Amino acid sequence: GRAAPPLRADRLGVAQFAELADMSLSGDITVEGEITVPVGAPSPDEDFSTLDEPVRETIMRDLKAVGKKFVHVMYPKKSSALLRDWDLWGPLVLCVSLALMLQGGSADSKEDGGPQFAEVFVIIWFGAVVITLNSKLLGGTISFFQSLCVLGYCVLPLTVAMLVCRLVLLAGSGTVSFIVRLLVVLAMFAWSTLASTAFLADSQPPNRKALVVYPIFLFYFVISWMILTFTPQ
Amino acid sequence: FAEFDDAANLLAANPDATTISIDEPSDIPKTKHGRLQQPGREEDDELLGTDDSDKTELLAGQKKSAPFWTFEYYQTFFDVDTYQVLDRIKGSVFPVPGKNFVRLYIRSNPDLYGPFWICATLVFAIAVSGNLSNFLIHLGKPTYHYVPEFRKVSIAATTIYAYAWLVPLALWGFLMWRNSKVMNIVSYSFMEIVCVYGYSLFIYIPTAILWIIPQRVVRWVLVVFSLCLSGSVLVMTFWPAVRDDNRRIALATVATIVLLHALLAVGCLAYFFDAPELDFPAPIIPVHNGTIITKVQ
Repeated sequence: GRAAPPLRADRLGVAQFAELADMSLSGDITVEGEITVPVGAPSPDEDFSTLDEPVRETIMRDLKAVGKKFVHVMYPKKSSALLRDWDLWGPLVLCVSLALMLQGGSADSKEDGGPQFAEVFVIIWFGAVVITLNSKLLGGTISFFQSLCVLGYCVLPLTVAMLVCRLVLLAGSGTVSFIVRLLVVLAMFAWSTLASTAFLADSQPPNRKALVVYPIFLFYFVISWMILTFTPQ
Repeated sequence: FAEFDDAANLLAANPDATTISIDEPSDIPKTKHGRLQQPGREEDDELLGTDDSDKTELLAGQKKSAPFWTFEYYQTFFDVDTYQVLDRIKGSVFPVPGKNFVRLYIRSNPDLYGPFWICATLVFAIAVSGNLSNFLIHLGKPTYHYVPEFRKVSIAATTIYAYAWLVPLALWGFLMWRNSKVMNIVSYSFMEIVCVYGYSLFIYIPTAILWIIPQRVVRWVLVVFSLCLSGSVLVMTFWPAVRDDNRRIALATVATIVLLHALLAVGCLAYFFDAPELDFPAPIIPVHNGTIITKVQ
């Protein structure tokens, strides 16, 4: 079938070159024709090679994409930008910064302290994977990485809450500071849950929406709990 | 997705309607949901009494047609709607005397959603409530320094998931073994047992939250109350499966089920929640030069 024509063409080409080789030539032979090298599915926005652009441009493009998604999370509207071009840089940055900020907690005994870095990391990523699997098993139409992307990005309000909590704790750790922290964490928890629900709810079958939203609620509740119970040494 | 909305509305309005979905080859027609989920039909119980196992086996075989390494196989365990999950939770909290939880609510559609997420919620409910309760108990004491006790979450998770999966496994193995010796009328598949156990743990969630109240009497009343409710669900489910067996073995099985359930509740109460009102042993404060000083209250 398909293998035959190239062979024939090769033989033909070899024969032609052999003929050409016999001829003595003193000048260059101009050969014209078209060479098309298939590069896979041509993407409409990459008709230029990104290999030659300066590194700064490459990094800035990715940073801008991440920044745009952050803005989408802070002002959640039903836009598909977060879903269409998913990336996991944002969630990684958020997860690492949240886990780092949760360090330095009370370390009287290693047994009873707050969550370690690895624990926070595992909870966030494992929790996001489990929620994604749950929504896919219930019949959701969203893809695996899109869901991870949304859940990861919606940790942003809680990271902001952690930052605020640490600043408030610098000022003092009495009852007033606790109430302030409680209100901030509650507000950010509601914001995270609502933002992720706004993005994810549409891809679920209508009579199972609550079944999908509840684990998301639990996930952000656990993260909020870790933030709220953070006590410095 | 307009047709989904219409279908959902129609189904919600008339749950007994016959609906057929033609989306997936491994999907079974939903007629069995409409027909079988009718709590309160006495004759159904009688009818299903004699050939329950046959019907269960038949429908179970019909359902899990996809091979176990495909995603569709696991999707069959999540084939529940919101109202079904809520119904099952309600059935586990308000046991109707004489009605079997599996026959009434699960009806050959055991789901893994309920057991998994109820266990997850229970783990965090116990950990968070325990932490809160300890905080409130020791609030006034000058030597008390609040710790989040995050380790206890992993311990709670291990305990509860082990209970929710290993005990059903043991029970299923035991029932299978007895089935080979004595022809039992009622037999349950492994998934159904996991389902019953998972949903029966639901009552412990509000119990754990109420355990924050630092009064011993309140806590023990809660333990007894929740044990009665969920224990009765378990007993009413498993008694028909063992009653044809040797009397002593049947009673021993049911007693073991209830005992393990009680052990879980009491164990969680004892480990995660400090005793209130007692003279709490003075906290040990490690000091830098290596000596340990205990402050006497």
